[in-house]
Amino acid sequence: MTRPPPTAALAGFVSCGTCGLLCRPAEAGKPGECPRCGEPLAFRLPESIERTWAYVVAAAVCYLPANLLPVMTTTTIKATTESTILSGVIHFYTTGSWFLALIVLVASVIIPLGKLGALAYLLVTVMRRSTGRPLERARLFRMLKAIGRWSMLDVFVVMFVVALVRFEPFMSVVPGPGVPFFAAVVILTILAADAFDPRLIWDPAGKTGGTGG
Amino acid sequence: MATGSTDIVACPDCDLLQRVPSVRAGETARCPRCGRALATGKTDPFDRTLALALAALVALVLANTEILMELSARGRESSTTILGGAREMWRQGERVSAVLVCFFTTAAPAAYIGCMIALLLAVRRPPAPRWAGTVLRWAETGNLWSMVEVMMLGILVSLVKIASLADVRPGIGFFAVGPLVFLLAAMSTSFDPREAWSRVRWENGYWPGSDR
Ligand SMILES: [Zn+2]
Repeated sequence: MTRPPPTAALAGFVSCGTCGLLCRPAEAGKPGECPRCGEPLAFRLPESIERTWAYVVAAAVCYLPANLLPVMTTTTIKATTESTILSGVIHFYTTGSWFLALIVLVASVIIPLGKLGALAYLLVTVMRRSTGRPLERARLFRMLKAIGRWSMLDVFVVMFVVALVRFEPFMSVVPGPGVPFFAAVVILTILAADAFDPRLIWDPAGKTGGTGG
Repeated sequence: MATGSTDIVACPDCDLLQRVPSVRAGETARCPRCGRALATGKTDPFDRTLALALAALVALVLANTEILMELSARGRESSTTILGGAREMWRQGERVSAVLVCFFTTAAPAAYIGCMIALLLAVRRPPAPRWAGTVLRWAETGNLWSMVEVMMLGILVSLVKIASLADVRPGIGFFAVGPLVFLLAAMSTSFDPREAWSRVRWENGYWPGSDR
């Protein structure tokens, strides 16, 4: 039988989420405020699972219009073409810039989708109080936090193309309705990762005495 | 430098109670359970970060006010700055995206750099006043939403995208973005938030340094 690891929560302490000071809570139910920075103390982020789910679902809802609606409309004398994120990737690929095609595909399609799937996986395992592979899940979470911002890439690309290509009446580029959805996906996934409390991954190990893995 | 390095802390990622060992410059103490970095030894965390922050301020101003790219095609010219790009998006009706882009590329990094300069000046002579803690929180929020490095990649991708249509020449602003990305990353690396917090006066006026 392994002893439960000595965590602050088991020892009756709470560490301040803002400044990191280890505090003795005023009462178990109402920890009060941090004596150093004055922020409210909490053993775990309040309603972490519910709030993270809400952001994940909202981001998933925005993901489809972000990828299906055009992000750019190019008007030349000959024709008007609308391009989505994926048609932009295909354009890069067919014109020989396979490396840029890969960068945009990873940043705009794979990272947000992977982030949503990984957050859902973390939420489900935490809700089932799973004790398996906590170290891998902790690493997965740290990676999600680090790479999420790169999905904003295409919004910046659209902005610079729109700002530069102004040759009316020969050619002009207008941003499409997919852009705000796309920005929403990135912001919502960043907020989701921010609302998730990684300590929930490790909590079941303390309650059950651990499974030795 | 006194760092209060034998403090007992709870790992922010897994809540494990542990004593943080004292670390020398370049060394990192990690949580034995989850591997989260708990303390990294810094040489001169405040003066060096302040120098980087002042340099970053100059790079940010140049990147925002100077021309990023110039384009010429069919005898016409067109050029843009970061804010000019956002303004054009606003003019085309993408108002939400325009405001967000300004926030990610200008407001957030400016808040990060500005708040860090104020904080670093305040903690030079401990105890730092209570507002230093507030400014540190703002700096962290600014750093969370600052996306200059993503924008830099966005500029490069759009350069390639446009290069087939016209002649694109990078401007002074373009050459300021690279150093800005580097300086922002170096600032986060050389700064020690634990040591900064230990220098801030508490709610009740207490300061740990007073009984050392
Ligand atoms: Zn840990």
